[in-house]
Amino acid sequence: MFRRQGGFCVATFAADEVRVLRKVASEVVGLLTEGFDHDDPVVGRLFPDTYPEDPADSAEFRRYTEGDLKTSKIDQAGAILAALPDTAGGEVRLDAEAAEAWLRALNDARLAMGVRLDIKNDTDLGDELDDAVLHDPTSARVFQLSVYAYLGYLQESLLNALLV
Amino acid sequence: MGGMAAPQVAPVETPDTEEVPAEDRPWVTIVWDDPVNLMSYVTWVFQKLFGYSRERAEQLMLDVHHKGRAVVSSGARERMEHDASQLHAYGLWATVDQA
Repeated sequence: MFRRQGGFCVATFAADEVRVLRKVASEVVGLLTEGFDHDDPVVGRLFPDTYPEDPADSAEFRRYTEGDLKTSKIDQAGAILAALPDTAGGEVRLDAEAAEAWLRALNDARLAMGVRLDIKNDTDLGDELDDAVLHDPTSARVFQLSVYAYLGYLQESLLNALLV
Repeated sequence: MGGMAAPQVAPVETPDTEEVPAEDRPWVTIVWDDPVNLMSYVTWVFQKLFGYSRERAEQLMLDVHHKGRAVVSSGARERMEHDASQLHAYGLWATVDQA
């Protein structure tokens, strides 16, 4: 988790945390590049209709803004990849600008996972994880829910460190 | 440069709300509740993008959370579209509408 050290937000990650962060950031980049598909509900959430009741206005707005939005989302996921240590664990030091890019990128990753995991307003993450473990402790859902919870804690710790 | 007349600015009267034709009504940016965004993060985004005080940003965040949506800015349509795309960059679910 992140803490404040002078002008920097600093965290020490174990090797498996680095692996998870690299994976989720790469998945976001993949989703925004070769995997980009307007019919994917994750894309629908990351690029919401600006005029939900007017498809023509929404499409027009999208035509002018989607490229820039996509680029900034790819860049911010790239900020995670750029700051991570190579393969083993290690320290990550973020200045304010990098910390903000990480915050946005962690949020995009959580939004994407939230759609895939069908997270709702009344979802209790603890209950959800208990159910998934009971059903099959080795399932992908157990892993995904754990990662989703972990990213939430990490994002919160980074925000707290930035706002110290 | 030169030869340009000073712009003539006529005094503007504030019309009654009911008489404002649809095309003159102000535009608004709306943020909708979603199950993923952290409350602290949403508050921070409102402070960051709109320069709102912590109290105002927190109240807006709570409005979004409890009422399902809140108007976070209002004004010219182009500005609202700018606000919405900024909010999208931060992952907030924002739409533009006419008040």
